[in-house]
Amino acid sequence: MTCTEFLAILDDVLDESIAGETRAEIEVHLKKCGHCEVVLDTTRKTIEIFRCHEIYELPTEVSERLHIAIMTKCKKSC
Amino acid sequence: MSTIQPIAGQDEQHPDVALVERVRAGDLSAYDTLVRKYERQLFRIAQHITQNREDAEDVMQDAFLKAYEKLDQFQGNSKFYTWLVRIAVNESLMRLRKRRTGKLVSMDEDLQTEEGSVPRDFADWAPNPEQNYNQSELSEILKKTIQGLPQGFRVVFVLRDVDGLSTEETAEALGLSVPAVKSRLLRARLQLRERLSRYFKKTTPAASQTQASAKANAPQENQPRGNGVEA
Repeated sequence: MTCTEFLAILDDVLDESIAGETRAEIEVHLKKCGHCEVVLDTTRKTIEIFRCHEIYELPTEVSERLHIAIMTKCKKSC
Repeated sequence: MSTIQPIAGQDEQHPDVALVERVRAGDLSAYDTLVRKYERQLFRIAQHITQNREDAEDVMQDAFLKAYEKLDQFQGNSKFYTWLVRIAVNESLMRLRKRRTGKLVSMDEDLQTEEGSVPRDFADWAPNPEQNYNQSELSEILKKTIQGLPQGFRVVFVLRDVDGLSTEETAEALGLSVPAVKSRLLRARLQLRERLSRYFKKTTPAASQTQASAKANAPQENQPRGNGVEA
């Protein structure tokens, strides 16, 4: 497997949707290619960081205000 | 952080279906439950598209109201949340169009960039690199990093990787093909990785010393760190 071939299936590797022979080829490639190993690890970490840190918080008081507004409008449109 | 529930099995009914049926039968409290369940995700998506808090609040309200009014059109072939996201995405784009005084706005803007399509930074990251920043610094880094992505990449990344929709659901919510979602997702992930590397990569002892020295000599408490936000 080449680096280009690895990159082409990086998403599938990250989503763990690869099995069998291809998976074994990936493991062999990663053992000998430090660059691809870093790209895989840091892309995985990128996803994890964005998943674990809410950057657009909706404060409870705003949530409540919007919630009341939504439900009031829905009642009116009944 | 809340994420949507995994797809129910073929024979298993998604809990939202029962709530939708109750709303259709006139039970408004069931809609209240659906709003509470998805308001944060919808707000987040609207904020990522409009990049404006007031617009995101308006979009969230309009999307839930429109969904309520059009509930008869929900066929149940897709998940309720996917259907809701599609409404919120359209409302967000309409809001952007209003702000740009009628100029056409689409999810395909600025996608021609080649940035990040091939990895260039191969430096490994420090272990738990986010811990080198306090919460507000990290939040600022993540905001600036994701805001720098083209809109069409940003929304795919948020739906797929943050919200946890499947590739097929993301395609449906955005009106894109599955290959288009896959292509955009890869580009988004690689561009974000490349940008975050500026902040998170391991620093050499000399660089660390320079950073520490710069921080010690900083005249004010609020000075950014040596590798401060620059995305």
